[in-house]
Amino acid sequence: MDDSGKHGGTSRSFLDAGRRKFLLQGAGSACAAGVAGLGLMAHVQRARALPSQALRPPGALPEADFDAACVRCGLCVRACPFTTLNLAPAGGGIPVGTPYFEARSVPCEMCTDIPCKAACPTGALAPGLDDIAQARMGVAVLADPERCLSLQGMRCDACFQACPLKGKAITMERLHKPGGMTVFIPSVHAACTGCGKCEHDCVPQVAVIRVMPAAQVRGELERGRRRSEAALGMPPADSPAVSAPPRPKTR
Amino acid sequence: MSARPFLADALARKGRWLSYRWLILRRLSQCLVLAGFLAGPCCGVWILEGDLASSLLLGQLPLADPFTFVQSLAAGHSPAPRAMLGAALVAAGYLLVGGRLFCAWACPINPVTDLAGWLRRRLGIKSGFMPSRHFRLALLPACLLAAWLTGSLAWEYVNPVTGLMRGLAFGMGWTGGLVGAIFLFDLFVVQRGWCGHVCPMGAFYGLLGKSAVLRVSASRRSACTDCMDCFTACPEPQVIRPALKGKGTPVILDSNCTTCGRCVDVCGEKVFHLTHRLDRKLDEDVRSA
Repeated sequence: MDDSGKHGGTSRSFLDAGRRKFLLQGAGSACAAGVAGLGLMAHVQRARALPSQALRPPGALPEADFDAACVRCGLCVRACPFTTLNLAPAGGGIPVGTPYFEARSVPCEMCTDIPCKAACPTGALAPGLDDIAQARMGVAVLADPERCLSLQGMRCDACFQACPLKGKAITMERLHKPGGMTVFIPSVHAACTGCGKCEHDCVPQVAVIRVMPAAQVRGELERGRRRSEAALGMPPADSPAVSAPPRPKTR
Repeated sequence: MSARPFLADALARKGRWLSYRWLILRRLSQCLVLAGFLAGPCCGVWILEGDLASSLLLGQLPLADPFTFVQSLAAGHSPAPRAMLGAALVAAGYLLVGGRLFCAWACPINPVTDLAGWLRRRLGIKSGFMPSRHFRLALLPACLLAAWLTGSLAWEYVNPVTGLMRGLAFGMGWTGGLVGAIFLFDLFVVQRGWCGHVCPMGAFYGLLGKSAVLRVSASRRSACTDCMDCFTACPEPQVIRPALKGKGTPVILDSNCTTCGRCVDVCGEKVFHLTHRLDRKLDEDVRSA
């Protein structure tokens, strides 16, 4: 992989034993290092995938860029005034040493001064993020609607109440079920920062509303929309929640 | 080795303190580095916040590992000014004073491999093989190439050096297993295997400190009795011969010398001393009775 070719092309008669040994050793080392490098790359490809329950701190670059930028120093973890952020331990299924949080355990409290981002020395947490409402740590998804208490007709709006951008990121929309029953369905909007408060407070044993990595839910749409919103000068979080007309949404 | 036990001459002629001085100071330095990082999470006294990859000294001065920094560059990220300053400060320090000073005086893996080396000598384990010491020099560019090709800090996925310090400060996970594997590798497979043959971080610091100032000189080499204690104690024994047995400068200029000072300790004839690289004077006719 490196300079394994350097022993080629030289006539053996010009080489004394010491020099020949040196070159052979060098070539051997280069080959061994090449194999080790390939093994390392294979390991990285396997170990770099981020499980969907692991969320990055606010302002984190897109995962591929983050992997190149984050040096795994943990200064963001130290700066977090809550116990939200952790560095992934080795062998835990999350890229080792990288900061993450799990919303169901401890969600992001959305500090207005974003201390984790301020502490990042490398720019892995984008220095350009000034308004925590613009953070996109993930996006809340009603993962299993049939288990949602509100959709079953019970008076639950835990996610709506937990949302720090109440009425902007989550609204309770009226839904007429076939058979005449009217229920409320939690609906997530573009203002969602992915802080995970909703997932944390979701009542059932296993959370029904869950924050997923934005790239998994929205794909490139997320970045594309943010670009167009920025171009229009209308950040989604600042726009007041539009209460949708009470129109039945059917799936 | 003769029947004479290792270190006997030094102990008999210099006493206990001078036979262990640099080793003790080095352990003290390693403990200080560890304490600096662990005082915060353990006692709430924040001396060094973060870990070896990047930290904040006393909440003010940014420090960063230049090897991790270079990997980040290779992976395609241009680190922010604070990381750049931190890496520049640390790189400048090791560049001027001594590259592999890091390995001997700060690295948390060093006590592990030192223990393995000591145990290997005490148990008389001679098995294993002796791969080329150039392997680490080839592994270094291979790591950077892997970083470039994967767009990630590839070596940091496995690096036991930053991994151990991070594990101690933030939670170990399986890092203990990795450190244990290195211990067994050094004990049974390759003598001084990890630090002397594999670690690309050590190779990086070695290259960084190629013209560093702090060096060991065998200035009293004419007093050498060929007892071989320095070769036994040295983690990179190949660096001693040119200075001790050669005709040229008595200064050990090989960048693989970690300036651990163990040769200074173990020599009963006081052949070695720590000095700067330009101090090439030789003490002739010093053979003592």
